[in-house]
Amino acid sequence: MLAEYLPLLLLFAIAVGFVGVSLIVAARLGPWKPGPVKAMAYESGIITSPETEIAGSRFPVKFYLVAMLFIIFDVEAVFLYPWAVVLRDLGWFAVAAMAIFILLLFESYYYVLRKGGLEWD
Amino acid sequence: MSALAQQLPAGVEIPEIPWAAISPELTLFGAGILVLLLDTAGPRRRTSSVIALAILLGIAALAAIPGGAAPEIVALLVGAGVLQLALTLWLHTRPRLLGAVLTVVALVATIGIAAWQYQAAANGGMVGTESLLADMVAVDGVALFTRFVVAGAGILTVLLGFAYLQDRRIHRGEYYPLLLFTATGMTLLASAADLLMVFLAVEILSLALYVMTGLARRDMASQEGAFKYLLLGAFSSAFLLYGIALVYGATGTTHIATAGVALSDPGTPAGLVFAGIALMLVGFAFKVALVPFHMWTPDVYQGAPTPVTAFMAAATKVAAFAAFLRVFTGGMEQLAWIWVPAVSVLAAITMLVGAALAVVQDDLKRMLGYSAVAHAGYAAIGLVAVSEIGTGATLFYLLAYAIMSLGAFGILTILERRQRKAIAVADLRGLWQSAPSLAVMFALFLLSLAGIPGTVGFIAKFGIVRAAVDAGLVWLAVVLVISSVIAAYFYIRVIVAMFMDDEPAHLADAPVPPASAASTAVSVAAVGVIALGVLPPAVIDLAERAATFAG
Amino acid sequence: MTGLAEGAAVAAPAGSPAAWAWLMAVVPLASAAVLLLVGRRLGRAAPWVAILSAGFSLTLAVWTAVWLGAREAGERTVVHTVATWLPAGDLEVDWAVLVDPLAVAMSLLVTGVGLLIHVYSLGYMEHDRDIPRFFAYLNLFLGSMLVLVLGESLLTLFVGWELVGLCSYLLIGFWFDSRANASAAKKAFVINRVGDVGFMIAMFVLFGAIGSLSLTEVLPAAEGLAGGTLIAVGLLLFLGATGKSAQIPLYIWLPDAMAGPTPVSALIHAATMVTAGVYLVARMSPLYVQIPEIGLVVAAVGAATALVAALIAVAQSDIKRVLAYSTVSQLGYMFMAVGVGAYSAGIFHLLTHGFFKALLFLAAGSVMHAMADRGDIREMGGLLRDLPITGGTAAVGTLAIAGFPLTAGFYSKEEILAAVADTAGGEVILAIGLAVALLTAFYMARWFALVFLGPRRFEELEDPPHPHESPLSMTLPLVLLAVASLGGGLLNLDPETGLLAGWLAPSVVAFEQTAAIIGHGLLEAIAIALALVGLAAGVLLYRGGPRVVSEASTPVVRFAQDAFRVDELYRAAIVTPGHWLAVGLAWFDARGIDGLVNGAGRGTAALATAGARVQTGFVRSYALAVLIGTVLLIAALVGVWMAAADDLMLLGGWR
Repeated sequence: MLAEYLPLLLLFAIAVGFVGVSLIVAARLGPWKPGPVKAMAYESGIITSPETEIAGSRFPVKFYLVAMLFIIFDVEAVFLYPWAVVLRDLGWFAVAAMAIFILLLFESYYYVLRKGGLEWD
Repeated sequence: MSALAQQLPAGVEIPEIPWAAISPELTLFGAGILVLLLDTAGPRRRTSSVIALAILLGIAALAAIPGGAAPEIVALLVGAGVLQLALTLWLHTRPRLLGAVLTVVALVATIGIAAWQYQAAANGGMVGTESLLADMVAVDGVALFTRFVVAGAGILTVLLGFAYLQDRRIHRGEYYPLLLFTATGMTLLASAADLLMVFLAVEILSLALYVMTGLARRDMASQEGAFKYLLLGAFSSAFLLYGIALVYGATGTTHIATAGVALSDPGTPAGLVFAGIALMLVGFAFKVALVPFHMWTPDVYQGAPTPVTAFMAAATKVAAFAAFLRVFTGGMEQLAWIWVPAVSVLAAITMLVGAALAVVQDDLKRMLGYSAVAHAGYAAIGLVAVSEIGTGATLFYLLAYAIMSLGAFGILTILERRQRKAIAVADLRGLWQSAPSLAVMFALFLLSLAGIPGTVGFIAKFGIVRAAVDAGLVWLAVVLVISSVIAAYFYIRVIVAMFMDDEPAHLADAPVPPASAASTAVSVAAVGVIALGVLPPAVIDLAERAATFAG
Repeated sequence: MTGLAEGAAVAAPAGSPAAWAWLMAVVPLASAAVLLLVGRRLGRAAPWVAILSAGFSLTLAVWTAVWLGAREAGERTVVHTVATWLPAGDLEVDWAVLVDPLAVAMSLLVTGVGLLIHVYSLGYMEHDRDIPRFFAYLNLFLGSMLVLVLGESLLTLFVGWELVGLCSYLLIGFWFDSRANASAAKKAFVINRVGDVGFMIAMFVLFGAIGSLSLTEVLPAAEGLAGGTLIAVGLLLFLGATGKSAQIPLYIWLPDAMAGPTPVSALIHAATMVTAGVYLVARMSPLYVQIPEIGLVVAAVGAATALVAALIAVAQSDIKRVLAYSTVSQLGYMFMAVGVGAYSAGIFHLLTHGFFKALLFLAAGSVMHAMADRGDIREMGGLLRDLPITGGTAAVGTLAIAGFPLTAGFYSKEEILAAVADTAGGEVILAIGLAVALLTAFYMARWFALVFLGPRRFEELEDPPHPHESPLSMTLPLVLLAVASLGGGLLNLDPETGLLAGWLAPSVVAFEQTAAIIGHGLLEAIAIALALVGLAAGVLLYRGGPRVVSEASTPVVRFAQDAFRVDELYRAAIVTPGHWLAVGLAWFDARGIDGLVNGAGRGTAALATAGARVQTGFVRSYALAVLIGTVLLIAALVGVWMAAADDLMLLGGWR
């Protein structure tokens, strides 16, 4: 039974081996000449500056907050699909259950709203 | 074939929901939502309360229609709705007090329900040692015992915290809902009969605890503690989940008892068995803070607001150990030969390292944090004894530890309000002169933690040693004694500072704040320490009878 | 045989005072706790809390006695288990009380005298700055003594035994600012420990032989014990008794203990605690009757102590020291009684002595109160006029202890002497007993004469005190105790048919006559004559004041004044060698063991520091620790698996 896992194990070994070998080879063979430019942060070719941090790579935390809230409610909404599929089989019980679920979800939404989680400024 | 696999082809079935069995969790969770709603609504909380009443009446009506629920249940639901409305109308100008009162009411109700369940189980009624809700939860001795302890600890925490949070200006409305959600997670964890439910419960309680740890938003230590707790908690949860996945891979089920039987079947791939056990062990060892998975403990205990620390020490440990017991001594009793040596070594290292590291600490919360590590080691001995005596000893130990740590952290709560900073050993000098009763009670808690006869700490350690010797683990008992000797040093150091040294001048003017609620809580703990230390049999008996797992 | 030894103990009926007897001890203990914690806040109410709790205990004791007296004689041994404390293997320790005639008699004495002394202290300690602490200790003592008396198991008894020792320590050192008091307290504690070791070993031996420490099981089993075990237990318990009850060789702490406040001397060091050894021997009487030869040893030690202490008392000049040595001497009488098997006589003397010795001490306290805390009897005299009540009651006490006919002391002492006279091999002990009777009468008369009669020598002092009678709270206990000292003999007018003898019959073994050395009538006549001669001589010789010691007898008197230099003897024989041994051991300890211990200590600290260094505070290193732990854990489990794999392979499982 364990033999079935052998390919997995091999794959794992190859992956680890490749990373290890690359690191070692790079460290051994590559020249090591540090300089100020090389020490700079790499921003996909864009020269880093305070402006780019605002406009480019670094987002205000507000974006993350909204994104996270979106994902949370989005994922919760996914539950509606399987529920809709079996709704007929389950009958009123499912309706009541989903009502409670939605109520709780609504309560969360109300909380976010009241705490100013959706206000931009 | 697993239970799940049997169900799938036949379409989705509605599991029989044993409302009575999970009523404590429903109470706690519902109260949490209610308190959150009332807090969120701000000035409009009276309207919200009416809405909540309407919802509760609706549920009551639903419960009444099919003729399923007893009229008492309907009456209780209606009563709860009216009660919350009355309380809201009465206290609507003092939202924090309203939150605290509702929380205490919910916790008291939980104790009441648990007592009723206990009664029913004792009479051979509907609950007992059986698995319910499609084998997801089990209401058995361990679960009931944990419910009592968690709810009791919650009540004392509310009493301890009110003035403290007010003083530190961190008395946020989320505190009480979070406390209730944590308690929900804890009771659920203690009654989880399925590994997935274990995981869910761990996440419920952990997520709430992360936030509670970071409640003091302007305090760097609190933020740091919360952040570390979150990262490491997530890290260890991954191990737990991976372990559960491997067990499922090996056996095709996540039901604890079934999986335990399947794992000990010689036909199960051994590699999966061992890896699964090891990874689940990591997850639990992290939650109960066994060395070397303990490193978050001192930082989190130190950083969290002190009432939260008290609750964490008292209740989280009980709940985590309850699940640990259920999964390992309950489910995998047959496999004890595999995990007992490993856990024994972990327990031994934990006892020694926890006690030794506490010696060099100066901050009292940090010191008690390390001492919590050592105590986890003691409690783990009852686990590796793999016997009813051992399980009972661990449960009693956890109860004892809950009382002692609530008391000790409670004293720190009061003292921190006096000095408005973290308490170091030096700050306690001469406490005997300025606040004799606090000093005496603190000394009592420390002596109990050290295990001096006449206190509950002694009785609890005694039970652990007995279980260890019964199980032939004499060496663990010896390690326990060595660790206790080391530990006595730092407990007694504090007592010496309180009673023998003179009060530093800068403290002479700082009056000990009046704290009736907190003093009440601490006094209750002190009475508990002595009462259980002098006359423990009733509770030991209860703990030993609680040492049953759903099968 | 006694009720206990026959296993006739019955459970206490619910609701009866026996089922509540434990409150007798618990209420004073709780009150002590309250006073220690919040006593200062209670202020003037503090002593009243203590007095109320003592009164409660007395009431309960009286009720218990009445209830017990109403029961059938055969059912007067009642056991009530309050709770189970520790089940440890074969050792079951219960919090249980044993209510039987002996325990009730003792608890009546303890609570009765205790209450009187609580009241007395109200006046005596009036000006002390630490009144709540004092009353807390008194209450603690009262509760502890009741634990000792009512304990159903030897272990409970021992808990009380140790607690009263602690109280004694705390109260001797009550004024701990003074070095002398602190060292007297230490001396008492250390010497008591020597005896306690004996008690503890006796318990170990008993538990080893019988498997229980419960009196209801130990005493019935005592009959079946091997001779050697019995002798060992008897001697070891007696060693414990000599410590607590100040007998040779461990009596030297008691005179120093007079450093404590006078009510303490009266309560603990005269009336109650020091009699615990006598109680212990009486309680274990079913064991001691089987080893009469050890009984004779007990009696002989008692006789020797009585004689030595009486001789020393003659030469003392401190008002309380005289009484202290007389206590030692009277305790010697009690041990003579229990040694020859006359247990009820011993308890009888214990009770009467409790009355008159408490009376004498309280009178001494009253005198010192009046004399601005001076204690040298050579500087007193003629105080009877200023302190009529104190003087009158002290006279009663003096007559009682001297054995003046019809007083309490007369009857109890007479019973002891008669019992000794009826014991084979008791000739020498009897002679000593009579000699001590003479000496007692003499030194007490001397004490009384120097204090209360003759010229008022204190008026010649530099700063003469102005004696005045003490307040009612102090004189009332004196009067009550004087009544008891006079009428206490009624308790047991006849050794066999008296009230007390009959009462104690279920608890202690009856006396058995083994010889008839001298007729009782003649003995009584001799004793009365000796008492009268001693009293007369003392009063006549010392009425005029202290006597100048003649040249020739100076060394002897000096020797007696220095208490036979026993302290010096112990210092030379035990303390000094012990000191050198300790120095040697300390050297060894510092070099050898401390090397290990310090090494271990330093090792722990170093490890802890190293451990703390691992605790860097960086989450990444914490996570690394978790990871390493996981790897090690998996490795360990795989190790277990590998180790087991071979076996399992044989069993045909586990691929």
